[in-house]
Amino acid sequence: MSLPRELASGLVDFLANAGAMSRFFLRVLVISPSGLLRPRLIVEQVYNTGALSLVIIMTSGLFVGMVMGLQGHDLLARIGSEESLGIGAALTLLKELGPVVTALLFAGRAGTALASEIGLMRATDQLSAMEIMAVDPMKRVVLPRFLGGVIAMPLLTAIFVAISLYGVQLIGVQYFGIDQGQFWSEMRSAVEIEDVREGLIKGFVFGVACSLIAVYEGYHADPTAEGVGRATTRTVVISAVSTLVLDYIVTAILL
Amino acid sequence: MSAGGDAPDSLPVNIAALHGVHYAVDDKVVLDGLDLEIRRGDVTAIMGPSGTGKTTLLRLITGQIQADAGQVVVDGVNVATLNRRDLYALRRRMGMLFQNGALLTDIDVFENVAFPLREHARLPEPLVRTLVLTKLHAVGLRGAAQLMPRQLSGGMARRVALARAIVMDPDILIYDEPFAGLDPISMGVVMRLIRSLNDALGISSIVVTHDVQEISQIADVSYILSEGKVMASGSPAELREHPSPLVHQFMEGLADGPVPFHYPAPDYRQQLLLQREGA
Repeated sequence: MSLPRELASGLVDFLANAGAMSRFFLRVLVISPSGLLRPRLIVEQVYNTGALSLVIIMTSGLFVGMVMGLQGHDLLARIGSEESLGIGAALTLLKELGPVVTALLFAGRAGTALASEIGLMRATDQLSAMEIMAVDPMKRVVLPRFLGGVIAMPLLTAIFVAISLYGVQLIGVQYFGIDQGQFWSEMRSAVEIEDVREGLIKGFVFGVACSLIAVYEGYHADPTAEGVGRATTRTVVISAVSTLVLDYIVTAILL
Repeated sequence: MSAGGDAPDSLPVNIAALHGVHYAVDDKVVLDGLDLEIRRGDVTAIMGPSGTGKTTLLRLITGQIQADAGQVVVDGVNVATLNRRDLYALRRRMGMLFQNGALLTDIDVFENVAFPLREHARLPEPLVRTLVLTKLHAVGLRGAAQLMPRQLSGGMARRVALARAIVMDPDILIYDEPFAGLDPISMGVVMRLIRSLNDALGISSIVVTHDVQEISQIADVSYILSEGKVMASGSPAELREHPSPLVHQFMEGLADGPVPFHYPAPDYRQQLLLQREGA
């Protein structure tokens, strides 16, 4: 196949997938109110996607913060502004690094778990069995997992940022000896509520995107071992790219 | 054995009927003008070589797919005309046993059987418990109520799925390859359950299977499908006497016949000679 034809074919596939996912998203939105009647199912999924991701989020957050402390201190020391480490770290983490890294970790841990779980339910006829029992799998399986992910992501983002700031403080204050009072007070004076809001909005947007991609890929997985594997891989890849693209779009809108 | 003649006058004699049904996937014709009737109260067997559209037929009856042409009528209603809500209402009167059981793997046996009740009926917990244990007792697995699906053997999983299928007291029970992969004891148990549940609950059963010997012992009527059509129908005894070579091959389990043992291929001798010349 010639290159232009391949590109055209790829574009058509992309548009078809985007259209199918948009229709899927609309259906999820339409049935969302029914999910509120079954809060227990959503709470279970907040636990599965959120609480079970806490270890990886907190561990990563701590080390991201400590690396920021080392690199930030090295950079600021060159211009003699080490005490500004707290401001720089807080703004970077709240507005960018926190939501983006959390979304990437979420896609890798919770997203793949969602996609493979739903894909396996498809492969083992569990979704068909629900259909025959007159139970809509979109309401019983897809919706609670989607909403659970959407609720969990901003919470995970907040936890990631808090732990990361602790990591920055550990290096900046405890290791390099920056004054603790100055570190926190400068951070408090520089960080606005809008900065916190931006981070939470991004966490929410990424949560919608990553959860949607995971449940969509799982729900439409080929009912084979290979199909489930492919759905899991696609979940990570599409979520990662979507997160970065959406990050640019949301930043451009909010700035 | 049949209970078909006992149906009240107000109910249609047939619980399901397919009239001139065509169904194709891409260019491959799966069902080609299929006509078939399933009598109320009977155990009806659907048999035939692999790929003749048996499972497709079940999916048409349950409304999972729509026929390209023709009518699929279940309990007097054309399935194609139903909207989602009515289709779900119809499905609440059906139970289906999948080949692998299709139990929900994240909940235990009790909750699997209770699942349709919890989804569709707001019953007090003691009543749910009584109903679930009654159905589990009927399939001999009351003692396994707290086990997880991964702890069950293939035969046990099939029986739990059967308990789940009957927990809503359906009018129609559909079995997709209920004997596949079972040991002789489990096979005998499932076989007897199909017949006894059909008679005890006064339901109609549709069984898709390859296991001619087993189903012949319990079926009232059997259909043999081939190339998307009904090749033969009748009681197991009638089918054994059927003049068609294909029916004879199927009933006797012969390796070669109208359904060839070999997949279409070029002449073997010529192929070997060509390979030799090529080398």
